[in-house]
Amino acid sequence: MRIKVNGMEEEISEKMMTLQELVINRGLSLKQVVVEVNLQIIPREQWPQITLQDKDSIEIISFVGGG
Amino acid sequence: MKEDSLEIGGVKINCRLFVGTGKFSSNTMMRDVLLAAKADVTTVALRRVDSGAKADNILDYIPSGCKVMINTSGARTADEAVRIARLARAAGAGNWIKIEVIADNRYLLPDNLETLKATETLVQEGFVVFPYMSPDLAVARRLAECGAAAVMPLGAPIGSNRGLKTKELVAIMIKEIRAPIIVDAGLGKPSDACECMEMGCAAVLVNTAIAVSRNPIDYARAFSQAVQAGRLAYLSGLAESVDEARASSPLTGFLRDGD
Repeated sequence: MRIKVNGMEEEISEKMMTLQELVINRGLSLKQVVVEVNLQIIPREQWPQITLQDKDSIEIISFVGGG
Repeated sequence: MKEDSLEIGGVKINCRLFVGTGKFSSNTMMRDVLLAAKADVTTVALRRVDSGAKADNILDYIPSGCKVMINTSGARTADEAVRIARLARAAGAGNWIKIEVIADNRYLLPDNLETLKATETLVQEGFVVFPYMSPDLAVARRLAECGAAAVMPLGAPIGSNRGLKTKELVAIMIKEIRAPIIVDAGLGKPSDACECMEMGCAAVLVNTAIAVSRNPIDYARAFSQAVQAGRLAYLSGLAESVDEARASSPLTGFLRDGD
């Protein structure tokens, strides 16, 4: 299936992948990111239960320095 | 000096120098600067993360007790600013939001109309909202009326270090608006910050000038002292300025008298 992560289209070979796995596969620490799927904020507790669907658009966001 | 703290959203703010966290050479340097300035309020931004990004969370470097305001930088419309604010809150970053809606890439000047729209929405949603704006009395009044915690006019374009170029307009806002006025952006020197405080600004927000200094820690201290000096002068009442000299020693009893 094809999904979009942070604006970039990607092909995912796994049949089933949870949001939690997606974040872990990217080497990101679960505690420091916020995730939106199709513009909906997904609370961290739900990540293991959310299975990615074809054409999902995912944003993985974190805090950075700023004024 | 008797206690003189600013209270916003139920939080007591003793240090009227707000310090942004952008452009520092490291998170450790950023933390040392916040500590040196004794900052009570700081700002961070939200961005997309690259895979394999550093496991460092900037929030872990912010001294405890320092309130974090999330800025909506990167937003070009009210809707985008609202989206960023909601994401920040979902991430556990609290509900203090600096609204920054910018549709101009060259001068990074804020879009006041979109800023007003975002302020209205976010106040309704229970955020403590700090709109960054181009100084304009009518817009400032509307922002305050719809519940902005403070109004943050720019002194000069972001990161320009040019000082308080908007002085006349900011002065009018201070006179006319009851919400705290916090000058944000463009302050380059401690004397710029002092000037703002002498006029009666409630606080100033500084980032670039400190972060790019050769010695950010001492520069932050200098800013902090300037802010305190300006505040103290404002509370004391500024001395009247006149065109002609007024002697400071008595005009009688000169040695030549009677010669």
